[in-house]
Amino acid sequence: MTGQPSETINQTLGDARLQLAIYSATNRLMTHRAGAVRADLLPDYQELRTEANQLKKHTIEHLDHYLELFEKNVVAHGGKVVYCSDSQEVADFVLALAKERGTHLIVKSKSMTTEEIHFNERLEKQQLEAVETDLGEYILQLAHQRPYHIVAPALHLTRYDVAEIFSKNLGVEKEVVIEKQTAIARATLREKFLHADIGVTGANFLVADSGAVVVVENEGNARLTTSAPKIHITVAGIEKLIPRAQDLGVFLTLLGRSATGQPLTVYTSFLSGPRRNNEIDGPDEFYVVLLDNGRSKLLADPEKRQSLYCIRCGACLNHCPVYRKIGGHNYPWVYSGPIGAIITPQFHGVLKDPWLPFASSLCGACAEVCPVKIEIPKLLLKLRAEVTDAQRRQGEGGVERLVFRIWAWVMTHPRIYLMLARIGGIFAPVLPKVGPLGKWASQREVPKLAKTSFHQWWRERK
Amino acid sequence: MTSREVVLQNVRRALSRAAGLLPTTLAAPRLRIPIMDRNRYSTLFGQNFEKLGGKCFFVREPGEVVPVLAELLQGKRVVASNAPFLAACGITALPQVQSGFTDREALRAACAAADVGISSASYALAETGTLVMLASPEEPRLVSLLPPMHIAVFPRSLMLANLDELLAVLPNPAEQTSSMVLITGPSRTADIEQILVRGVHGPGEIYAVIVEG
Repeated sequence: MTGQPSETINQTLGDARLQLAIYSATNRLMTHRAGAVRADLLPDYQELRTEANQLKKHTIEHLDHYLELFEKNVVAHGGKVVYCSDSQEVADFVLALAKERGTHLIVKSKSMTTEEIHFNERLEKQQLEAVETDLGEYILQLAHQRPYHIVAPALHLTRYDVAEIFSKNLGVEKEVVIEKQTAIARATLREKFLHADIGVTGANFLVADSGAVVVVENEGNARLTTSAPKIHITVAGIEKLIPRAQDLGVFLTLLGRSATGQPLTVYTSFLSGPRRNNEIDGPDEFYVVLLDNGRSKLLADPEKRQSLYCIRCGACLNHCPVYRKIGGHNYPWVYSGPIGAIITPQFHGVLKDPWLPFASSLCGACAEVCPVKIEIPKLLLKLRAEVTDAQRRQGEGGVERLVFRIWAWVMTHPRIYLMLARIGGIFAPVLPKVGPLGKWASQREVPKLAKTSFHQWWRERK
Repeated sequence: MTSREVVLQNVRRALSRAAGLLPTTLAAPRLRIPIMDRNRYSTLFGQNFEKLGGKCFFVREPGEVVPVLAELLQGKRVVASNAPFLAACGITALPQVQSGFTDREALRAACAAADVGISSASYALAETGTLVMLASPEEPRLVSLLPPMHIAVFPRSLMLANLDELLAVLPNPAEQTSSMVLITGPSRTADIEQILVRGVHGPGEIYAVIVEG
């Protein structure tokens, strides 16, 4: 592996409080998930995973068809679909609409897709206030940080951090009681909800046969975002499609359980179009932005396209021994953990962060818990090969190739091998304590060599 | 070329598909509806609803609803939806209850100031203790959302086994409403130190009153 991960990894590893926070949060999420998918409570769990995988596979392989079907049904219910190739087009669309409607305030509910395109920053540059309303995201927005975890965005912060952030940004007294901090956020954001003209959400699913956007959440901020303002804009990746409303049973059963161990999250909103003729409240305008932003590139590889099945439950993060040590902010993009390690190189090119697919022990825990059965370890290996190939084309990785060429030569020349093995046997006990191997050995137990080699034993056996 | 054409063309190119090509046949959705005594649904609903932190009352007839809620509503500002069932239960006739809104702004102002929102429900799901709310002229969205307490009053006949039975009854909810919301427990968050706090944006207290008759 060449190319170095972020320097801050060592800081994270050395921060005992942070290590404890990551450990306990992921542990809790793992325990909750395990309790919710127990065979006596959910006997069909494995079948559901297979069905979810098959449904996603089918949808992704016929994505153009389902996009057009979805679009047709959104329009039939009075909504509009806006296709965007990249983040700039999304910002342009929202800015133009906000300008036309004379809007200055936008409320947002948690959306990884808008994180991906730095939506808020783009709007702020144009004097538009876009306020995050999920409690964790709101705290992060005030602190100018990105989410630490797909499901628990602020898991790295303590109540004391929150007290600082609130007091600095909202002009309130330092408050360290979590219930009271929540009440402060509720009161502040309630005002925003009642005055905003545009609400922006992501989508967990886009339902093709209904033209509906499905959003799951626990706080109620997504319901407010989609019910209070006069305009609702959904910004979603094109991979969010599922064929039918009746497929939601499979996906919702898996999503809440895999994410937080909830059979259903507190609120599941199934939204299609603006309010109908006689409905008293709800938005007057309903837009769905379908964002490509590199996703169509991923589609081209029949094996790697399964990365687009992801339903963002975060289970692979919680179960990953690497994520659990280095946390979310050491990954180069908004998507962290094993899923981040397979999608980031595909979006940004394998040479941007070449270390990423290598930052895995390939233990397979991610694949075991993935509700849509993405073969993450297999894709990591494939991406490792792509990194190596790309580096070779750039003339890098020469030392590694040379080492392996020598190794291959030695292994095909038994006499040389035996001679080197004998010499190695003499020096092995002292070798790991010096040079780069010393670093490696300082954290591990160095395997002991047998007193007699296999060859020796074979020759001397009778 | 428009962005629509660009995106669709890129997708088709990546998948090597021609425009207008139909997908291969997809197996019919498999709905998992448990075989269970329907009379057990409301008991199961009550158990699950309370496990989530809600409180469930069972009454025999509409006339018993108001006495059950009297204490909860004492001295509170209450907004009720326009569901005929609430009128039938005598809720809209109570002095502290505002109802009959048809104007969005008026409804919003009332809900934002209210202590309690009372709605009916379109369905309820026994397996998860879930209330199913379909927005309509009778049932606006904000009544169950803005006030810090939500009370849902509905007849037992609306009880379904689970989400899949709901999807069997409503194969395409978009045909009926612009908004179907499943409510499973009080609003909650655990975003700060994984500590559970109720009532962050939606109601922190929820009640269900199931009318048996």
